[in-house]
Order: sequence, then C-alpha cells, then structure tokens
Amino acid sequence: MSVLIIADSPNEALAKSVKQTLMAAYKLGGEVTVAINAQAESEAVKALAAMANVANIWLVPEARTAEAIVATLEDKCNDFCHILGPATTFGKNVLPRLAAKLDKEMVSDVIEILSVDRFKRPIYAGNAIATVKVSGQVIATVRPTAFDAYDDTGDAASVETLSLVDTGKAQFVGLQAPESTRPELTQADIVVSGGRGVGSAENFAIIEGLADKLGAAVGASRAAVDAGYVPNDWQVGQTGKVVAPDLYVAVGISGAIQHLAGMKGSKTIVAINKDEEAPIFEVADFGLVADLFQAVPELSDKVK
Amino acid sequence: MKALVAVKRVLDYNVKPRIKPDGSAMDLDNLKMSMNPFCEIAVEEAIRLKEKGVVSEVVVVTVGDKKSEEQLRTALALGADSAIRVDSEGEQSPLTIAKTLAAVAQKEAAELVIMGKQAIDGDNNQTGQMLAARLDWPQATFASEVSINEGKANVVREIDGGLETLAVTLPAVITTDLRLNEPRFAKLPDIMKAKRKPLAVLSFDELNIEPSNTVIVESIEPPAQRSGGRKVASVDELVDALKNEAKVIS
Repeated sequence: MSVLIIADSPNEALAKSVKQTLMAAYKLGGEVTVAINAQAESEAVKALAAMANVANIWLVPEARTAEAIVATLEDKCNDFCHILGPATTFGKNVLPRLAAKLDKEMVSDVIEILSVDRFKRPIYAGNAIATVKVSGQVIATVRPTAFDAYDDTGDAASVETLSLVDTGKAQFVGLQAPESTRPELTQADIVVSGGRGVGSAENFAIIEGLADKLGAAVGASRAAVDAGYVPNDWQVGQTGKVVAPDLYVAVGISGAIQHLAGMKGSKTIVAINKDEEAPIFEVADFGLVADLFQAVPELSDKVK
Repeated sequence: MKALVAVKRVLDYNVKPRIKPDGSAMDLDNLKMSMNPFCEIAVEEAIRLKEKGVVSEVVVVTVGDKKSEEQLRTALALGADSAIRVDSEGEQSPLTIAKTLAAVAQKEAAELVIMGKQAIDGDNNQTGQMLAARLDWPQATFASEVSINEGKANVVREIDGGLETLAVTLPAVITTDLRLNEPRFAKLPDIMKAKRKPLAVLSFDELNIEPSNTVIVESIEPPAQRSGGRKVASVDELVDALKNEAKVIS
C-alpha cells in the first residue's frame, strides 16, 4: 500500500487542505509520498517533512501549470495504489489531467472513505450522495472540509527535488491576489456571508464589520458576487468554495440549493433574513427574522 | 479556426433532484432537462469569438441519446454552425467522454475546444482536463476572461487565491467559469433556422471508442438531514444561544 498526494501550498505555512488530504491518506493506510510545488526551505515543506505519516517529499518548485506538474509526475505514478489531491482549484485542475494521461477514471470530491476502494461523494449540488467503487488504481480528489487536519509529527521524511519536465505549451503570466488580513475562507473557524439582501458593495462593510469582530472570514452568495458587491473568490457554493466552519452566519442570503451545497457541512448555521419563508431557515440552527441593517450592527456590538 | 464546443443535457438547475426509491439512480422521468449552465457559457464564448472574427466556425458536440439533440438545436439557435451527436445510452464516464471528444476534435480538425468546467449533475469537473490530456493540448480551466491572438490564448482563471493569468499555445482546451459571460437567449426566427442546420450522428464504433466504467456507482442516498433549528426573537437571544447553547463564540 502506498499513497501519492499531489498538492500545493501557496503560502509560507503548510496549507490546511494538505493536512486534510493527509488525513484521508492516513485513513487509507500505507506509506505516503507528497509531491508539492514548494521550495525546499519553506516552512510548509519543513512542517510536512516532520509529519508522522509522510515518508517521502517530492518537490517541484518551478511547476506553475498543470501541464508541467503532470508531465513531471506521470512516469512516477505506477507504484502507487492511490493518488490523491485536495479538491481545491489546484487539485481539480491537475488530477483529472494526470488520470487521463494514465488512462484511468477518477473520483472527484470524496467526502468519506468506506474502504480502500469504496468512497462517498456528493452529486447534484450535494442533494444526493453516491457510493462509488473503483477497480484498479484509485485517483481521487478529496473534499478538504470533510476531513480533520492531520497533525501528528514523527520521523523526518526524505526530501527530493524533481527536475521539471515542461511541455512549454502553457505559461504562468501572473496572479492577482486580493489583499486580506482575514483568515482564508476555506480554513476559517467562523464565516460571515452576505447575499443579495446586503444591497451594495458599500453595505458589505456591515458584514465585514461583524466578521472582523468575530475573527471570521467573509463569504458571499453568487448573487452578491454577480452584483459586483465583492470579489468572486469570496463565493460559497456548488461552483465556488465549500466551507465547513464551526459557525456560519448567512446574512441576506435566501439559501438557493447551489449556495447550500457550499456550506451545509457547517457545525452551526445562523440565518439573518427579513423573509421568514427563505429556504435558508430550513438548514439554520438559529434563525433571526429581522432587517439585517439593524440586526447585524446590533450583533456586532453585542459579541465580545 | 474551427472551435468545438461540448454541451451536456442535464436536469434543469431549478428542479429539485429526486433519488429513485431503490437508491439505484436519480429519477429523471418527466423532469425538465436543459443545457448545463456552464455549457451555455461555453457556447456563448465561442459565438462571441466568431463574432470577433477569431473563430471561423463553431461545431457543437454532445455524447448522449436522441433527446440530447434538443440541446444541440438550442446551441445551433444561439449561433453554432453545425452539430454532432455521439450516440450513447445512459451515463458515460468523464474519461470515455474525453476520449470521444478527442476523436471528434481530431476528426473536425478543431484548434480550440471550449466547454463548461463541470456539469451540475455529476459535479465531476474532469472532462475538459482529461480531454486536454488525451489530445496533449494545454488546458485553461475555470476561465473568467479569454483573449486570443497570434496562436495564443490569454486566459484569466478563477483560482482559490484570486485570479491567475495563463498563456496557452493553441490548440488548447478552455473550460468556462460562471463569470466568463452572460449567455444570450435564442430568438424565435433563429430557433426555426436551427432546425435546418446540419446535425450529424456518430457512433462509438465509428470513432473507435470502447466505453469503460471502472468507477461504478453502487448506490445513491439522500444527504444527512440537519436537525431542525429554531427561530430566535432577538439579537440578544441569538448571542445567548451562540454563547451558551452552541458554544461557538465566547
């Protein structure tokens, strides 16, 4: 039994999504090799090398595209019975390309590991859960929020830098990252999200005020993103990010199934909406029927 | 340059999905089916590229049964020039569809394939990447902006940390994200005209495709229901509940 994890860790610290994928690998059992596009001396790689369940680390620091990562790794995949990646935009981009190069089918967005070859995954925007069985080598992305972060430290892993194979057909040009001092959306313990009901980009300050008071990340529904209130990487839902924080506060969000698909796994859900018929109340643990322009500032004042 | 656009017939996104009582599959009988929303965006982008003179011809393709010709006709009404249906009963794996689309792309000598990032039924988000791999073309997934000149596509991609720009050499596969464009509606005269546009039907045999299925769906079940919550009457009651009952804030 051996597992290959293909992941990225864009910041200094080891991304939580990598630790969550490690937990999935731990549940499968066996020796784990992690291929990651990070620098040898980075904090992320040091942390990874100290993890109990990681035997080998393959660094591909110059790999900025799916083409390069897949071309570098495709000949090295035969020895692994499982190849996993986090179901982040990185993993979703890379794993299917690798699977097709290996002439293998794959499983997206695993939320539960039943055995080494049987998995559960959501379909139809989370309205149904399919149990799938894989014959042969398993290639899968795992939904990070469905797994706890693996954090046990143990013996140091061996670290090797792979020489990059690149097709030259795709070049990374640049990255526009919005500046934020708040926690990353998919890793935050608390998320405060606003929807169309917030009304304008300026009004979103109310949502951000509450988020900052709670040390929370800010999310949004697709309606709020499409209306231009907030940048699109704040979107929570089937087509945006999937979050599962301890507390999710949905403000002025009706609760369309596409949005619910992205936050239904949250431990506690609070809905603040003036429409008492809004579907969000069906999943909310605590619902407050109120005008958000009064309730949210009042809530900001009364927490902490 | 010829562009190929892949489309899929799926349960309309406004319809609440139902599972068959025996848990063997989804129950799609007599429910409204539509073109997958991400495929609509792909069709729109191809037509815009044609209107700009970047693309000379738009061929729309699907893998599905006779009923999926309805979605091909929709794409033709929106502005696609011709359509291809690869005849298939039941759901095929993304890998089989990728291999089929690769064969069609080669047969048609397409230099660009545009398709949705995922279908809202299987939620796999695999086929475009797999197609690019099979053709050994570069891929630009989750595109929110596309500009093509001098044999290259500059694509802005929606990634977790913001927006990333890639330059890919054509031929290439681009998969669409929601914000790439706003699809147009088909006008009635165009819907009539679309009925006369060419629609070819191919078989897996003709394309030399052997459908495979190594990932088998054993059963489908509803998601765990959340236990019913309650409504609180005031902000004070909410704060109290979060502090003392749910213990999620201090």
